[in-house]
Amino acid sequence: MKKIFTALLLAPILAFAGGAELHLDRAPDRSNDKAALQNGAKIFVNYCLNCHSASYMRYGRLKDIGLTDQQIKDNLLFTADKVGEPMRIAMRRADARAWFGAAPPDLTVIARARSSEFGSGADWLYTYLRTFYRDEERPTGWNNVVFENVGMPHVLWELQGDQVMGEDHKLKLVRPGQLTPQKYDDMVADLVGFLQYMGEPAANTRKSLGWIVLIFLGVLLVFAYALKRNYWKDIH
Amino acid sequence: MSCDEKVDCGRRRLLVATAALGGVAGVATVVPLVASMMPSERAKAAGAPVEADISKLLPGQMMTVEWRGKPVWIINRTPEMLASLKKIDDKVSDPNSDKPMQPDYCKNETRSIKPDILVAVGICTHLGCSPSERFKTGAESGIDPDWPGGFFCPCHGSTFDLAGRVYKSKPAPDNLEIPPHMYLGDARIVIGEDKTGA
Amino acid sequence: MSATNTKMQKLLTWVDERFPLTSSWKAHLSEYYAPKNFNFWYFFGSLALLVLVIQIVTGIFLVMHFKPDASVNASGVPVAFASVEYIMRDVPWGWLIRYMHSTGASAFFIVVYLHMFRGMIYGSYRKPRELIWIFGMIIFLCLMAEAFFGYLLPWGQMSYWGAQVIVNLFSAIPFIGPDLSLWLRGDYVVGDATLNRFFAFHVIAVPLVLVGLVVAHIIALHEVGSNNPDGVEIKKKKGADGIPLDGIPFHPYYTVKDIVGVVVFLMVFSIVIFFMPEAGGYFIEANNFFPADPLQTPPHIAPVWYFTPFYSILRAVTYPLFGIDAKFWGVVAMGASAIIFVFLPWLDRSPAKSIRYRGPIYKSFLAAFLVSFFTLGYLGVLPPTPARTLVSQLCAMVYFAFFLLMPVYSSIDKCKPEPDRVTEK
Repeated sequence: MKKIFTALLLAPILAFAGGAELHLDRAPDRSNDKAALQNGAKIFVNYCLNCHSASYMRYGRLKDIGLTDQQIKDNLLFTADKVGEPMRIAMRRADARAWFGAAPPDLTVIARARSSEFGSGADWLYTYLRTFYRDEERPTGWNNVVFENVGMPHVLWELQGDQVMGEDHKLKLVRPGQLTPQKYDDMVADLVGFLQYMGEPAANTRKSLGWIVLIFLGVLLVFAYALKRNYWKDIH
Repeated sequence: MSCDEKVDCGRRRLLVATAALGGVAGVATVVPLVASMMPSERAKAAGAPVEADISKLLPGQMMTVEWRGKPVWIINRTPEMLASLKKIDDKVSDPNSDKPMQPDYCKNETRSIKPDILVAVGICTHLGCSPSERFKTGAESGIDPDWPGGFFCPCHGSTFDLAGRVYKSKPAPDNLEIPPHMYLGDARIVIGEDKTGA
Repeated sequence: MSATNTKMQKLLTWVDERFPLTSSWKAHLSEYYAPKNFNFWYFFGSLALLVLVIQIVTGIFLVMHFKPDASVNASGVPVAFASVEYIMRDVPWGWLIRYMHSTGASAFFIVVYLHMFRGMIYGSYRKPRELIWIFGMIIFLCLMAEAFFGYLLPWGQMSYWGAQVIVNLFSAIPFIGPDLSLWLRGDYVVGDATLNRFFAFHVIAVPLVLVGLVVAHIIALHEVGSNNPDGVEIKKKKGADGIPLDGIPFHPYYTVKDIVGVVVFLMVFSIVIFFMPEAGGYFIEANNFFPADPLQTPPHIAPVWYFTPFYSILRAVTYPLFGIDAKFWGVVAMGASAIIFVFLPWLDRSPAKSIRYRGPIYKSFLAAFLVSFFTLGYLGVLPPTPARTLVSQLCAMVYFAFFLLMPVYSSIDKCKPEPDRVTEK
């Protein structure tokens, strides 16, 4: 008996042991910054939406982040001709598989899919997009810290510049890109903010509605409890 | 609500208040459920305005475009066709288009923006069949020796004139619906959207 | 006022002559006498009923938009997966209905586990309530089936591999196993055929059985009357009017009390739905936002939290026995761990029903059982390591010992005398 109990007490300690740690940088919160989200949308459409679709997301939904139909049509609508259409791409999946070895995944809900015990999906993406480094052993010439042997080359390399993995397992910027590291991080944060918004466009509505529901239920609780007290005074 | 010894007034007030709040909660729960049966964004996107090019539509001809899954007719009416409309005012049930079956800008003799071009939803206002065109006049139409041209619904025999007005004593209650539409230049029509933004 | 009253009275009489409306109302609500000492633990029965209604209603509206189709659409995404995102984005309020349903699934298990625990600590399974308990346990098993079938429908990675693993459990059965799991899938892998049949089971077959069982559960309860925290039979002490002295009519007293419980529950439910619908990956798993991919298993798959205690027991069995491999015995142990509750009415030999009057041995065993249940549940979400497997083996032994040794320890335990009447606490 005693042994069992000791084992049970030790269980949580034992259970914590093991499992690789993954360090993720925290993505800045852009969920209420419409200008940043619009910038993120622009980057997404220009850099990502050639190979990756976002096929559950309709262009028209971008009105959520403060854009008008006309703005969407003029600046973002490259792969469709109506704002009601989803963000599809022209590349065929079979071709993509032949070119890259794997078809680039749809990115609509990627920010939700990448969440883990190490951080939110946004944290993962924020770290991922900033930790590409040169690796001549890879067919694309690129590798990544959080996504080992990733199939995607570093699409934003002209902006970030070239990083290499040092002997000390730290990344070093050996050739600067068009943006300063600070500006690059900022831009990635906008892009990740947009990906997070796109993962659940209703998130802001959900939270604000939640407060109303809770306050209403709180009032109802007061009355329901008073009613219960009133009836139960017969019993006690 | 009278308060006598039998009725506990405080209790009744609480009961009413709780029931009312509970009722509000119930309705608030039903609203999203009911609303979820309205057209989705996909349906709305599919029902978005459509454009039609009428530069090749000759007088006396008709073309059909699909809008929200329904046939929309565009008819280029000849002067004779237009002239016939006035003559049959007493035969149609709503000659002046008083019923709201068209946008305000089409509430006129020809039920159209430009007199010659009619844009109408080709769905019978009776039970939703699509009438067929009978532009041939007189006995040749097989409808009536005085037939001035128009539409005939194969399902229950309703007849409509060349402005989509329904004839009297027919099953269909209303004139054909004129959808919101507007011109982008001379030869391009947008159906489903007009300057009012509708 | 009085004119309408007599009209209503007439209508009621007309109905009553044809349908037992008034008498059912009386039998099940206004003249159903429940013990007056129900405590916190007695909310969870009515809450389970509430969650069942929430799941059925939201389920109906989800079925209007969901497509059980594993084929791939033009963008390379399985239609079923895309239809869930369609609900989340394109359907008006679809996100709310879906979150209610996904949160409701976990809420159902939370409520039902607490309801079962109530039954255990107050001996609600004891004579004459054995059938209520058995109906309840079958409801629990149906609920697990319902949750399992439903979990495949979003057709994400966890859906897919979860179904793959569970269906393959059946292949452990000697002789017929491999054919049985092939038959369950209707394909060589979990595929479109599997998705469609799981859909059929999830939306009609199992719910139908569930509702029937819930009715049987309540009819059986109202036949014998409710137990209470003292484990006293209130029907033994009746007043001159034939009403149990410690009984109060369910309506209005427990209806108004349950409303309070319902509102509190709805507040907690709303906090999850509106502020943390994934509940940290426990209610909606992140990996399930990747569409099902038969060629790639996620690095770590774990069942949803409500299955993990049983799943841990499955993994804890690592020794072959009687010439049959460990896989089979794991399945047997897992099945046994879920079904063994059914036998509680006959395993328990204690003179006292309620934990209030039970002795220290039972209380220690119950505590050990609880600790092992939670530990097993916790270990079930983690990837296995040798140390964890050892711990789960110990916990599994404690788990089964609680049941299998019960005839012994419950009869030798020192119980306090049960009171004649219910107590106020």
